[in-house]
Amino acid sequence: MIEPRILEVRTKILKKNDELAREMRRGFESLGLLVVNMVSSPGTGKTSFLRETLTRLRARGIPVAAVVGDLETDNDARRLAESGAPVRQIMTHGLCHLEADMVQSHLSGWNLADLHYLFIENIGNLVCPTSWDLGESVRLALLSVTEGEDKPLKYPGLFNTADIAAITKTDLAAACEFNRDAARANIESVRPGMRIIETSAKTGAGIDEWLDYLAEKRRALSR
Amino acid sequence: MHELSIANSIVEIAAEHARQQGGSRVTGVTLRIGRLSCVHEDALRYSFDLVSEGTPLAGASLAVIEVPVRIWCPDCRSEVELPGIQRFACPACGHLSGDIRAGRELDIESIQIESDQIAADTPAQTQPEPS
Repeated sequence: MIEPRILEVRTKILKKNDELAREMRRGFESLGLLVVNMVSSPGTGKTSFLRETLTRLRARGIPVAAVVGDLETDNDARRLAESGAPVRQIMTHGLCHLEADMVQSHLSGWNLADLHYLFIENIGNLVCPTSWDLGESVRLALLSVTEGEDKPLKYPGLFNTADIAAITKTDLAAACEFNRDAARANIESVRPGMRIIETSAKTGAGIDEWLDYLAEKRRALSR
Repeated sequence: MHELSIANSIVEIAAEHARQQGGSRVTGVTLRIGRLSCVHEDALRYSFDLVSEGTPLAGASLAVIEVPVRIWCPDCRSEVELPGIQRFACPACGHLSGDIRAGRELDIESIQIESDQIAADTPAQTQPEPS
């Protein structure tokens, strides 16, 4: 037996996922398809927010689709399908996050070139999805007024990887004594300069602003 | 427990590197984990012991180098280290900056390998690759 030796590796642990995600993003963007990865805690209202988003985009005649990650049920997929958009379920059976290959394997048969937007509703979890690039062009972090203003400080890692934040359920803000300024300051503290949109899927507040943001991002792809 | 997926990747990458270098066992792995990477070290160690069983990494030690967050402060015109991860502001002047220069690492830095036989035709690679 020879002496043990040290081998410099200097490799990213998630290299395989990173490379696949990069390749997927290149493909999506070359088709003019904007992909959005939505991350939040369980119960933030991702599904309601997304259903409203899909419904309005379809009402404008814009082709959209969604894939939704869930641990065990297909409840969210069924709720989203009410929008009329094509929706697929990724059942992870206990896995706490989505990975790029899971998304890729659920896109077969869709003509991506015909779509303008594809939404990926990640597993409700503010820790685990952080490090997995899914090939998205936009990562949206959602925070509801019912969760407490300090969520961004408790989960800075995830908020720090987001491109835009949505505060959801603002129709409940008064009842929850939600401190809007504190929430905004906390998001700004962990992700300086990130845009924040205040929304309510129930009243529709802020959703048009979100759609305008998406349109602007999609236009930037083809430049 | 996303640490299980991370541990799986570590074992896969380390075993592959060891095989390429003619090593039959990996006895140690050194990681660089940024403070923003959301990895819980205890959970990672637990997962690593679990998934390395029955592989060339069984029983390997895991060393973790924690990498603090560094941001670029445009006011001070320098890269500064943050004491925590809840406030992305320059500790010297208070300027908020999202220009992150370090802290997201999730890397295998090095592995320690052993071979059962003297592999004269596979010289040890001792020079680090340029990063």
